[in-house]
Amino acid sequence: MGSFALLASTLCYLFCFGQTFLALGAGRFQPGRFQVTAMALGAAGQSWWLWMRGERLHACPITTLQETLIFLGCAIALFYLVIGPAYRLSLMGAFTAPLVLLLQVVAILLPGGQGRAHAPFHPWVEAHAAMSLVAYGAFGLAGVAGMMFLLQEKQLKSRRPAEIFRHLPPISMLSQAILRLVGTGFLLLSVGFAAGWLAHLPVPGAKWWFSFLIWVLYAALLAGARTGMLGSHRKAAAAAGIFLLVLLLLPWIQHLSTAASRANP
Amino acid sequence: MNILCAGLNHRTARLDVRERFAVPRGEMEELLGQVRTIDGVEGAVVLSTCNRVELYAASLCPIRTLDGFRGILSQRAGLEAPLYHHVTPQAVRHLFRVASGLDSMVIGETEILGQVKEAYSVAAAAGAATRPLHRLFQHAFRVAKTVRTETQITSGPTSVGSVAVELTGKIFGDLGNLRVLLLGAGEIGERTARSLQSRGVRSIVVSNRTYERAAALAAEIGGMAMHFDHWGKAAADADILISSTNATEPLITPATLAAVTKGRGDRPLFVIDLAVPRDADPAINDLDGVFLHDLDSLEQIAAETLDIRRREVERCESLIEEHVGGFLGWLRSLQAAERSGGRTT
Repeated sequence: MGSFALLASTLCYLFCFGQTFLALGAGRFQPGRFQVTAMALGAAGQSWWLWMRGERLHACPITTLQETLIFLGCAIALFYLVIGPAYRLSLMGAFTAPLVLLLQVVAILLPGGQGRAHAPFHPWVEAHAAMSLVAYGAFGLAGVAGMMFLLQEKQLKSRRPAEIFRHLPPISMLSQAILRLVGTGFLLLSVGFAAGWLAHLPVPGAKWWFSFLIWVLYAALLAGARTGMLGSHRKAAAAAGIFLLVLLLLPWIQHLSTAASRANP
Repeated sequence: MNILCAGLNHRTARLDVRERFAVPRGEMEELLGQVRTIDGVEGAVVLSTCNRVELYAASLCPIRTLDGFRGILSQRAGLEAPLYHHVTPQAVRHLFRVASGLDSMVIGETEILGQVKEAYSVAAAAGAATRPLHRLFQHAFRVAKTVRTETQITSGPTSVGSVAVELTGKIFGDLGNLRVLLLGAGEIGERTARSLQSRGVRSIVVSNRTYERAAALAAEIGGMAMHFDHWGKAAADADILISSTNATEPLITPATLAAVTKGRGDRPLFVIDLAVPRDADPAINDLDGVFLHDLDSLEQIAAETLDIRRREVERCESLIEEHVGGFLGWLRSLQAAERSGGRTT
């Protein structure tokens, strides 16, 4: 049943991306409920899979890289569902879907494993893991908005904007969305770190420094944007770039966490 | 019974001829009454816009109706009406094309649909639209909606002013709180500023080398005038800078904008350069948060939109053809039912 939920969810993201891509190619894209519905169904499938996994582990199901990727994808999709319709950024679904799809396909291809509950169950540990990943969901969507900003900026500066230009949201709106998402993510990440500190989690040095680096980078992005030192182009590029860094280093961080968890059961 | 379309439009008559035959709203009911006295006319709808005057009639004898309509129009205008005419099925196809904007001067314009709806509602209120015409016009509105949603015939802006408005929307989103600085009091700048004003920009400041001209234009468009020496200060607060001066050297350069953009945060600045020779140094387009478009780029975008619309015509025609078939099927069943004394839906 869990595999079915995951497969159905993957297909939803694939449909969302594919339909929008084909419609744009044929010049027939109409912003509508399709993207939002497909993303909502995709997120529902992921939530179902995570819930079943959690029931089996009797804990928050973020213990393997597979679970982490699916949790992260789900968080990104949920942020899209909150932000997308509110900002009328329907095309954001087409940009978010491939990212979530990529995370999900990688997760499916990974050896699943059984997962492993933290022993003993500790609410601060659960809060730390969940809050941090939800924060990365916000950062993920900020990265997507950043990519959309850069694309729209290029179109606006070009003398011959392509067809996609008409379907992309205004860059002021994207700029605002980036700032709000990074702000939300930063707050959640800080709360997640505080929860980890309260749980007295054994954190490997490299993971600690990586987490601190990411926290500092996002803090710098926010401070630069608030003080006007960071222009909108750099802000968008930074939002996309920092999240790319997170994605690239995520397997390594997960490996460090798993190793630390095994060493300190 | 046939559907007849008879009229003149921008292709068959010049503006000075069309304006002689135009029917003011207040005279429409009287004209419909006259048309209905023509022998064989069962129902009539008259469409009168700046580009066309057309009669759509349900008629038992189209030729007699055409002659009668020509006589009425010629008498009203005092000159012979150069009418074209179509009879079922061409008349049906013609109305569907008109309502969809395919027969308009600017292909795909949407104003015509409102005008067709207005003409129909006037005729319906006057009791001049009979059952086949009710059905025909309802069908035409559906066709226009289908064509608009399933093709790109109405996509994008087609004039310099509307391109500027679209780009502004893509930069700022809501135009409601935007401030415009208009450098130069030329006609094209004024038109573009008015386009933005019609979409709700908050304020317009006009600055011109001759202050009196700036003041006169500002008074006309409800803006504020400013001495040309101070435009830099106004630019710091502006969101959109429209320039159409007669300067021979670029006025808006990266150096002049450095002071303007300082302290703006990530608030963008849209520079619309409508001057020839250009007022803005193209290098400003490379500045973060500054978007420059000149006359060439705006006209190019408008031309590309028209190209897209022209390429869509074939798809529109095929959609219309399907609907013509649907309407004719209904008309045949109506006629068969009438012959046998029954009813059809």
